[in-house]
Amino acid sequence: MSAAIDTAPANVAVTADTREARAAWALTAPAMMLFIGVLVIPLAMTVMLSFHDWGQYKGIETVFILKNWHEIATDPYYAEMFWRTFRIALLTTLITAVLGAPEAYILNRMSGRWKSLFLLVILGPLLISVVARTLGWALLFGGNNGLVNKLLMSLGLIGSPLRFMFTETGMVVALAHVMMPFMVLSVWAALQRVDPQIENAALSLGAGPLTIIRRIVLPQIMPGVLSGAIIVFSLAASAFATPAIIGGRRLKVAATLAYDEFLNTLNWPLGAAVAVLLLVALVLIVVGSNALIERRYAEVFR
Amino acid sequence: MRTNGPLALIFHSIFVVIMLAPIVVVCLVAFTPEGYLSLPTNGFSLRWFRAIANYPEFVHAFWVSLGLGALSSFVALLFAVPAALAIARYRFRGRDTLAALFLSPLMIPHVVLGIAFLRFFTAIGMGGTFAGLLVAHVVVVFPFALRLTLAAATGMNRSVEMAAISLGAGGWTLFRRVTLPLILPGVISGWALAFIQSFDDLTMTVFLAAPGTETLPVRMFLYIQDNIDPLVTSVSASVIAITMTALILLDRFYGLDRVLAGKGDPGR
Repeated sequence: MSAAIDTAPANVAVTADTREARAAWALTAPAMMLFIGVLVIPLAMTVMLSFHDWGQYKGIETVFILKNWHEIATDPYYAEMFWRTFRIALLTTLITAVLGAPEAYILNRMSGRWKSLFLLVILGPLLISVVARTLGWALLFGGNNGLVNKLLMSLGLIGSPLRFMFTETGMVVALAHVMMPFMVLSVWAALQRVDPQIENAALSLGAGPLTIIRRIVLPQIMPGVLSGAIIVFSLAASAFATPAIIGGRRLKVAATLAYDEFLNTLNWPLGAAVAVLLLVALVLIVVGSNALIERRYAEVFR
Repeated sequence: MRTNGPLALIFHSIFVVIMLAPIVVVCLVAFTPEGYLSLPTNGFSLRWFRAIANYPEFVHAFWVSLGLGALSSFVALLFAVPAALAIARYRFRGRDTLAALFLSPLMIPHVVLGIAFLRFFTAIGMGGTFAGLLVAHVVVVFPFALRLTLAAATGMNRSVEMAAISLGAGGWTLFRRVTLPLILPGVISGWALAFIQSFDDLTMTVFLAAPGTETLPVRMFLYIQDNIDPLVTSVSASVIAITMTALILLDRFYGLDRVLAGKGDPGR
């Protein structure tokens, strides 16, 4: 297209440009109106909602006050809950990085048929209902004599049964399982850009396997690990199904607390404030770490 | 290329077993002949699959999920295909902003989306309706429909279109007879991935569903909140079987790694 425009006289190029722009806007207009009408406006209404007042008997009052934000800022219950949310998300991210990155590396070195089979096995769960996967962990954890505890005790790794249900430990294990495919996928994508000959070159120059991993492989897949970590962290911090099922009614994270405020307590303005805070915190963390990674690994992205 | 040593293979085996364990356990428990949660050590039984039929809420929720998934993915494509063609072909002002807007549902936590839609639909009197649920799902699955259609439209060979134009085809005929058939694999995969996303969504839908419009994940979640028994494992096993079938078809048709590449990561 651009070649045709370059050789055409200037006035023709202008009309072609405006025609293109007009066609582009006509084609995207329906989707744009859909997004403004039922995404941008509802989100703006939610932000507004967080400044409204609410009372047990009067319901929602459309005034502009900072009551909900003040409550979240001063009541230590919310600080503790957000700290728990981000602690769980961080631990989940660490586990997926430490286990997922080596697995992606191993996967990448397999021969064709095995590679595609195990890729299907590891990425497939991504599309299986989160409720079903978390139910599986609830079954495995069981009570004190769940399968996980039986296995760990028979291996001699633990002396007495660990509590998994209704604990942060259980939430982190189940969340790490749910999020693992994202990490493997991200590292695997980074590995596709790596030239395997570099490893062979290092080997021929006398480097040992550990040196190769540390000096050759790790630096090259690090951008993949970090972008996977951003995805896993933001999804884990806003996860709902797994914390709700494994954590039960007592151990709240941001998403389950917002759900409670909306559908049990019916204090919508407070629930909206929790949700908006979660959104803002996540956007800041994701945008901030993206910028850091791109600065640190500018040469990889160039 | 160097091969994996024994340590790597042991790590890999343990990794795969852990990844599969929860899914396999759900499917095994579903076949228990007992009246309580247990692995089927005394033979297999289908009694808990038959029991689903006696629990109309699950059956109804299944049909709601199926209809919602099929319809919302289709409607999303009606919006996504023209948008994808425009983004793939034209360089216009605001193009990057628009693409970012269209992919933004991936970035926004579903709990926030659920709250925003609940607030919005309640305010305009559509709270708890199927129509409201449908619109919400269209927005949420739109990025998946868009991304695969966009990939197909970008990779398309446009000389065939030029040939059709030179032979006098224009407008709708050109789209229906030339463009659409060429991008169809991407469109169908986009539909399938969008369907799975809609069919599996819990976090957003749990805010919007009313007793008549509960989807299967919502019904399962509310059931698990009360108690966990073999019935919910047989329902889960059925869901897993349906998803696996779709997954294998998708893999054969399009390649799973291509479908999933960058899922949840709108930056690339």
